[in-house]
Amino acid sequence: MSFDLDQWIALLPILITAGTSVFVMMAIAVKRNHWWNATFCVAGLNVALMSVVAATYVVPQTATPLLVVDGFALFYYALILVLTLATATLSHAYLEGHRGHKEEHYVLLAIAALGALVLASSTHFASFFLGLEILSVPLYGMAAYLYKDPRSLEAGVKYLILSAVASAFLLFGMALVYSQTGTLAFAEMGARLVQSAGPANQYLLAGAAMILIAVGFKLSLVPFHLWTPDVYEGAPAPVGAFLATVSKTAVFVVLLRWFVQGHGSELRTMVDALAAIAFVSILAGNVLALVQTNIKRLLAYSSIAHLGYLLVALIASGPFTVEAVGVYLITYSVTVLGAFGVVALMSSPRGERDADHLYDYRGLFWRRPLLVAILTPMMLSLAGIPITAGFIGKFYVIAAGIDGQLWWLIGAVVLGSAIGLYYYLRVVVTMFMADPERLKFDAPIDWAQQVGGVMVLLLTLLMFGLGIYPQPVIALIRLAGLTAG
Amino acid sequence: MTDPIILVWLIAIPFLGGLLSWIGELAGGIRYPRWIALCTMLLVLVMSLWLWAVGDYHITGMGRDPHWVLEFQAPWIERFGISVHLGLDGLSLLLVVLTNLLGLMAVACSWKEIGRYVGFFHLNLLWNLGGVVAVFLALDLFLFFFFWEMMLVPMYFLIAIWGHNAPGGKGRIYAATKFFIFTQASGLLMLLGILGLVWVNHQATGAWSFDYAVLLKTPMSMEAQWILMLGFFVAFMVKLPVVPFHSWLPDAHSQAPTAGSVDLAGILLKTAAYGLMRFGLPLFPEASASFAPVAMWLGVVGIVYGAFMTFAQNDVKRLVAYSSVSHMGFVLIGIYAGTELALQGAMITMIAHGISAGALFILCGEIYERIHSRDLREMGGLWSRFPYLPPIVMFFALAALGLPGLGNFVGEFLVLIGTWPIDKPVTIVAATGLVLAAVYSLMMIQRAFHGAAKSEEKLEDLNRRELATCLSLMAILLWLGVYPQPVLDTSAAAMQALHALYSAAANAGVAP
Repeated sequence: MSFDLDQWIALLPILITAGTSVFVMMAIAVKRNHWWNATFCVAGLNVALMSVVAATYVVPQTATPLLVVDGFALFYYALILVLTLATATLSHAYLEGHRGHKEEHYVLLAIAALGALVLASSTHFASFFLGLEILSVPLYGMAAYLYKDPRSLEAGVKYLILSAVASAFLLFGMALVYSQTGTLAFAEMGARLVQSAGPANQYLLAGAAMILIAVGFKLSLVPFHLWTPDVYEGAPAPVGAFLATVSKTAVFVVLLRWFVQGHGSELRTMVDALAAIAFVSILAGNVLALVQTNIKRLLAYSSIAHLGYLLVALIASGPFTVEAVGVYLITYSVTVLGAFGVVALMSSPRGERDADHLYDYRGLFWRRPLLVAILTPMMLSLAGIPITAGFIGKFYVIAAGIDGQLWWLIGAVVLGSAIGLYYYLRVVVTMFMADPERLKFDAPIDWAQQVGGVMVLLLTLLMFGLGIYPQPVIALIRLAGLTAG
Repeated sequence: MTDPIILVWLIAIPFLGGLLSWIGELAGGIRYPRWIALCTMLLVLVMSLWLWAVGDYHITGMGRDPHWVLEFQAPWIERFGISVHLGLDGLSLLLVVLTNLLGLMAVACSWKEIGRYVGFFHLNLLWNLGGVVAVFLALDLFLFFFFWEMMLVPMYFLIAIWGHNAPGGKGRIYAATKFFIFTQASGLLMLLGILGLVWVNHQATGAWSFDYAVLLKTPMSMEAQWILMLGFFVAFMVKLPVVPFHSWLPDAHSQAPTAGSVDLAGILLKTAAYGLMRFGLPLFPEASASFAPVAMWLGVVGIVYGAFMTFAQNDVKRLVAYSSVSHMGFVLIGIYAGTELALQGAMITMIAHGISAGALFILCGEIYERIHSRDLREMGGLWSRFPYLPPIVMFFALAALGLPGLGNFVGEFLVLIGTWPIDKPVTIVAATGLVLAAVYSLMMIQRAFHGAAKSEEKLEDLNRRELATCLSLMAILLWLGVYPQPVLDTSAAAMQALHALYSAAANAGVAP
């Protein structure tokens, strides 16, 4: 099969990202220099981001049966690349104090971003699997990057093993689904599902359930969430940010595409199972977060709850779904990245552990008011208070839920949000309490002038922008809609 | 007449002033924020009084087409038909004036009390006040909810950072968190109500809109009306507060700094009553009419329970807090009775209670600054120790017990007269609240100021700033009590419109 020029242009973001990872690897072989290697990576990703703009002129394009580049994919390309760039700048600030090799981190980051991009345009189970593996394998390395720290190593190994199990489930599930429908492409499979609207097929259901387990693991939904707090806690803060944002976004995008174009919502049993998972995730995530004293673990449990909210929008399967998921993913990613960003800035230069205990943040307001002026709105945004982006996301989820008349799930969202207030407020109020006697951590005095600091400040502005005037983003997401195949 | 953009400025100026206060502290030192905040509040107070002076508040809207003296509209989130829609009528004007007046007092009374992080304190205070004004002006339900929730955040900080750890209490952070969770969680139910209403309207008309004027005409089944009405009512009930959901209030008050208490009792509680008058009743008149007996009895329970609880308090601020629960019961009864007299009475009660409770909290703060205790058991005989403060406290205590000639009497009397033709048992039981108020108010005076003095040492009396604050509030309360006509005239048109809508629904005999 031969490509014409338009298809090449449409694939540019993926190709440039792949090229970036190779280039950074070569550059390391030539000379190790943290600043230069990080800059190459950031520059390459920026070029990829610009090529997304170029690609908007040629979409939609189908490049091989595996990948489709449409407006929907391009929107998530842009989101993934921006989030990866933010992670890269954060990593730079974070790794400055690291005593081992710093440079390979950027190679892994670029490869993981490549996997996420593949997922965003995947219309076929084969590319789904490929993308997922390209995304996950570098993440093992990234989670265990500080391998001399046992917690980091544990996080990497734990993620590796459970990820492998999930992949096995995914493959077996695909095989079962293929045995019943005879295709792996989402659209054709959807068409056959609609045709054969007879009594539910046992093999098909078993296959779908296995795929669901794999996806549930990647999205850390209850009851497949057990790895999440340990990995978030052990992994370096910027890696945690990447896991929480890019990896979740990419997997959710495939799930959404399968639901809409592959008529996944036709499998009623599976939708009911998802509804139960969403319900439990919201409640369990919020309740377990209540007792955390470690901010990374707290963010891990809160992410479980937030993915539950996001599932509500997916299950609603109404006119709002694609839009609501888009808005929620963007508001949530910006917020979580900002929160992890502050943790990363606080943990640098690195001591023997990250600044992730709540008491490391005591009295921060009286020393670093601007840093608190970032983390406080981020926490309020996670709680969904108006003026912040999180409110717009929650508004959309509830609107989608009401539109789909999912009363039980809406009840869970409301209850979960009420519980959530308590632990988000606890983080906030800690920062305003009196200083502890002995300070272990502090951000460098000039943090705001460094790239990482500037990036976190920009995220804060973006977060408020989304919260106060979301109309442009909503319009953009509506442009990048997804039509049923 | 005037350019409606002034409504935007009424909201924006406190926000800008708050930001300026903080920058002022960072740049210049702790003297600046106080003056900046004072000037800001003075400016918005003058603006709102000017609006009162030049506006014509006598035109009554017809049925479901309310009349606005000033109206501002600008697009915001077109996707859902959300706009920045602000409107002013007699009801909102009076509450905006009250907010700005008490806001000025709150700045004045924290002049000496707040010594730490003064700029950030005034940022929170002014943002809260700006948010409240926005709540009173918003005519778009999304905008209303936006500010309804947003204004709680600064209040949370006011309690959590500058609050007291009163002995016997569970601490200021506990109180602040409890306040925040109660109000936010109930707010989420209101969000469900709002979205449900918008969805019903979308089903009927095919268009998304959060606009008050559009949603007023939403056709609804009785069942939908009931469910949505309850969503709104729960949020307002928690904030008002109505008895089973009141427990955050005494905790929040006893730990809050003086300005926070003034703000909470004087202004925040009124947003709930306003919400019922502006949204709860007009949007769901039939459901509200059939719900009225329940709501009125809840009000009665609040009056009696609040009064008994007041009687049992030793902490002066908790005492005033419980008396607020009792007084707000009258407002709830007045609103759901729905006659013009009762509604006007609820309006006057809101203003008079805002001023008298605000003043009592300011005075509690002043006593605390001098004897470093708010415990009645440690007071006693204070009358002999300073000349000015005790009679002033007595004035406001008498106002709270409903002494004729002061504002609270007019309000509660009108509520009772207005409720009599609607529900006689409610009126009779509610009237006992006046007796109980006399008991607890006089008991407070007796325990704090009379009896043997604990010490002969003279205490520093009120200074000029404190005297000016108290005297101006006394003058306003006296004016409300002797000549309430200008206030009644201002709110009359809005109340007539509400009464017409509500009584039509009540007389329709709860048609499904």
